Amino acid sequence: MGDENQEKRGRNPRWWHILLLVPFVGTLWVPFYNSVEPRLGGVPYFYWYQFLWIAIGAAITALVYFATREREP
Amino acid sequence: MIPQPLDASALAVFVFLFALVTVVGFVASRWRRADLDQLHEWGLGGRRFGTLVTWFLLGGDLYTAYTFVAVPALVYGAGALGFFALPYTVITYPFVFVVMPRLWSVSHKHGYITAADFVRGRFDSGALALAVAVTGILATMPYIALQLVGIQVVLGAMGIQGDLPLIIAFVILAAYTYQSGLRAPALIAVVKDAIIYVTVIAAVVVVPMKLGGYGRIFDAVPAPKLILAPQQQTAYATLALGSALALFLYPHSMTGVLSSSGRSVIRRNTAMLPAYSFLLGLIALLGYMAIAAGVDKSDAYKAGFAQYGTNFAVPALFLSAFPAWFVGFAFASIAIGALVPAAIMSIAAANLFTRNIYREFLRPKCSAKEESTVAKLASLVVKFGALAFIVLAPQKYAIQLQLLGGVWILQTFPAIVVGLYSRWLHRWGLLAGWFVGMALGTWMAATLGFKGSVYPLHLGGTTIPGYAALWALLVNLGVAAIVTSVLRAFDAPAGADHTACEDYGE
Repeated sequence: MGDENQEKRGRNPRWWHILLLVPFVGTLWVPFYNSVEPRLGGVPYFYWYQFLWIAIGAAITALVYFATREREP
Repeated sequence: MIPQPLDASALAVFVFLFALVTVVGFVASRWRRADLDQLHEWGLGGRRFGTLVTWFLLGGDLYTAYTFVAVPALVYGAGALGFFALPYTVITYPFVFVVMPRLWSVSHKHGYITAADFVRGRFDSGALALAVAVTGILATMPYIALQLVGIQVVLGAMGIQGDLPLIIAFVILAAYTYQSGLRAPALIAVVKDAIIYVTVIAAVVVVPMKLGGYGRIFDAVPAPKLILAPQQQTAYATLALGSALALFLYPHSMTGVLSSSGRSVIRRNTAMLPAYSFLLGLIALLGYMAIAAGVDKSDAYKAGFAQYGTNFAVPALFLSAFPAWFVGFAFASIAIGALVPAAIMSIAAANLFTRNIYREFLRPKCSAKEESTVAKLASLVVKFGALAFIVLAPQKYAIQLQLLGGVWILQTFPAIVVGLYSRWLHRWGLLAGWFVGMALGTWMAATLGFKGSVYPLHLGGTTIPGYAALWALLVNLGVAAIVTSVLRAFDAPAGADHTACEDYGE
């Protein structure tokens, strides 16, 4: 049981880390969001899209944190 | 310049808040009382800061007063391009999540206080560690100077003339940093963040109400400024990526990371620090609000813009939108916001000098007490150096040097970040890559007249405008790899690795 957990913890984290690449794709590929329309409450797409990514980025890191939580020595 | 009318209530609120943080700064030496004659106590707060303190500390450290003045100033002047600060802070945290816990673990195990300490241990090379330390100090000094620009602009906007108030503010800062070390900015950061949040939330609620809503604000911005021109797109993405990779190579960010009490504290903070990114985005929008409010057309602010350029946009907006007492509150948030990073930066530069220059080359056998005394003195020298620079030299030099600093600091990426994962790159290869990267980055900035950092790279028939720091880093990595291959072919001594695989905590 103990060994199994050990192995799980050893193998899983790296896979979860791939998720952390998602914000890079979402924000660094400028053609995804370089437009004024659609506006949201008067705010051009360019701006609210990037604000949205702050929340998505934080959610992804939080998710990966909980999925790969390590015990402090 | 023609003095702005000096408002008593604004000044009273400003002075009161400034006095409050001064008291907090001195009291901090008694907080979690320990022997401040140990460098890791004075310079890293004993590596005991938990999740919340680290959040305040890093938030106060990374989102500096200069950022709060310069980002909206850039948006005000250049439009959408200035918004790259947002994707930059979105992608920096996933990167930190993966990389920095490794650095924390190995530093904790071996008592490393600076990134150069780690490089020294990993690659067994005093010269490479010196390169990393000198780069860190060079990149930090103008950054400290720019924090002073933040204070100068708000003092000027309140109608306070002359350099004396600035000097007084800095002497106070120097005194409590000397006494309390990293504990002072950590505790002050809590106060600072509270008043910054109040200021920004008030600004993004009150100003749009006065201007008729966000729709109206964006309508007031000239259409071409609202989105990126085709040739700006690669510049935008490379500025964001290069800045994101560079952010945590800065000595003051390292100090924030290494002072935390554990790996989980760092990881948790990467999910919590985006709260500041949200704030930064709102602050960036203040640039557009300044356009919509027409501050550039008002005679009252002409002198301010003449003296401080677009950096005056946000102070002018506050002066036009807020009652006097709240202007004092808002300006105090910027001035105090400058003190926290200035303190941490001077501590970080002092740690580098003490560990990687003084103890490495001058006094290898110095005692712990001597080490911390030298660090305290070095922090004074660094701060007064920055102060002298800003008082004596034109402001634009500080801005240009800070720009160069960003290009330089990224050149330590191979030794530090690649070094955290692999020892394949040879120490002399890393040194060669660093040297070429520094020279090339400086040259690219020079061809741009030190006015910008977007270098148009010509490749075949196409031109790719991009962040000079990133281009220089690519060449740096290439040189390091080639020189390494050659050195390995000749069996050049690679030195001993003083760290072990399990020291990295994974």
